[in-house]
Amino acid sequence: MEFFLKLGEVGRYLPMLLRASLVNLELLGALLAIGFLIGTLVALLQVYGGRLLGTGAYLYEWVFRSIPALVLLFLFYYGPARFGVSIKPFLAASLALGFRSSAYQSQIFRGAIQAIPTGQMVAARALGMSRIRAIRHVILPQAFRLAIPGWSNEFSSVVKDTTLAYAVTLNEIMRHAKIVMDNQYDLAMATFIVVALVFLVFTYSGNALLGQVERRFRIPGLQMPGTQGAML
Amino acid sequence: MNPLLSVEDIHKRYGKEEVLKGVSFQLRKGETKVIIGPSGTGKSTLLRCINRLTEPDRGRVWLDGVEVTSPKANINRIRAQIGFVFQDFNLFTHLTALDNVRLGPMRVLGMRKEEATALALEELARVGLSDKANSYPAQLSGGQQQRVSIARALAMNPKLILFDEPTSALDPELIGEVLEVMIQLAKEGMTMIVVTHEMGFARSVADEIIFMEKGVIVEQGPPEQLFSAPKHPRTAEFLRKITELYGGTEG
Repeated sequence: MEFFLKLGEVGRYLPMLLRASLVNLELLGALLAIGFLIGTLVALLQVYGGRLLGTGAYLYEWVFRSIPALVLLFLFYYGPARFGVSIKPFLAASLALGFRSSAYQSQIFRGAIQAIPTGQMVAARALGMSRIRAIRHVILPQAFRLAIPGWSNEFSSVVKDTTLAYAVTLNEIMRHAKIVMDNQYDLAMATFIVVALVFLVFTYSGNALLGQVERRFRIPGLQMPGTQGAML
Repeated sequence: MNPLLSVEDIHKRYGKEEVLKGVSFQLRKGETKVIIGPSGTGKSTLLRCINRLTEPDRGRVWLDGVEVTSPKANINRIRAQIGFVFQDFNLFTHLTALDNVRLGPMRVLGMRKEEATALALEELARVGLSDKANSYPAQLSGGQQQRVSIARALAMNPKLILFDEPTSALDPELIGEVLEVMIQLAKEGMTMIVVTHEMGFARSVADEIIFMEKGVIVEQGPPEQLFSAPKHPRTAEFLRKITELYGGTEG
């Protein structure tokens, strides 16, 4: 009973927490965009880049998949300061988490690219398309479709990673929740339940949206749910 | 008259095995050449060497006065002039029949969308698939897919078309519709090289037949001669076997 009263009390802080959660969404957008662009490039270099570029892409992927997210955040935020360059927390967090996500996304895209039968590339080249054109018009449109289920997994993972940015002083939801707790320790439990609920909503909405995208771009005659294959 | 296509002494080796051991032939404009021979004798590899989907180790290919095999050749430009029809169609699975056919004209030849669309619809009509323009490959039968892929090749207005066993992946009842389209093309004067096991087609459509075995041309000549009086015992043996296998061939 007392606990529910606390929830009521947290209600006072709710507008502040929700406003702060928008910062998480902004960071999410930035890091996903960086991750998507670089991740696609890294995947393409790993598959088509030849020895030198391919090795570079594997090195990049290895580095950013190996270093813990918090360590990356600190490196990107406090690192430049060491050389007299000040960097805004939002930019530092976007880059650190974006590069990290790009390494994970690259492997989702590489798997998708490699799942496309070689005949598709061969047919495109036989028409006289350059490799880059074939990638753009034939390979990537198919690969992105195949990548959606894996990508929604990465999405669910990085949504939550945005809270780590509180460690580099970004005014996002976690930081505000901690302020509430520091001011009034007995509200801690209720506050973090609110934060948890916010992320349940984020993850649900994001995955629902990705489900829509998947259905919208489903290739007729292929990948249809509920057809014979699904029942076997 | 100069030949449209000239293939000179093509060699290709995969590891230890030499798949092509020096193959040469020429093709005139408007000619249909059919290549027959047992599986694994390099017929498909030879076709792929012509537009360098496979790089030959040695030898030269000339198309209409341009050396395809020259290191300085603009291979994309040359490939745009050579249609290629694959055994398993290789239609772009994410595109409708219409988009499959107009992709090349738009993205390789730089044609405007309206123009490419009109052309693509025309080519689809030519292969009898006007009503399937908006279908995706997975919604089409094998025979229909292969006809779309022929339309895709035609839309590039190629100087010649290479057919790599175009009916080998089809159910028997679907072979006829694809062969009909090819027979029509030959009649219209399209220059074609066809690798096939369809002896009836070879007999009735080919201007010349090439019999290949173990990476070399064993015998070549007009179909009447090759079918009724083969000079080489291997040719006779192969024709006897394939007739047994595929039943009596009409034509």
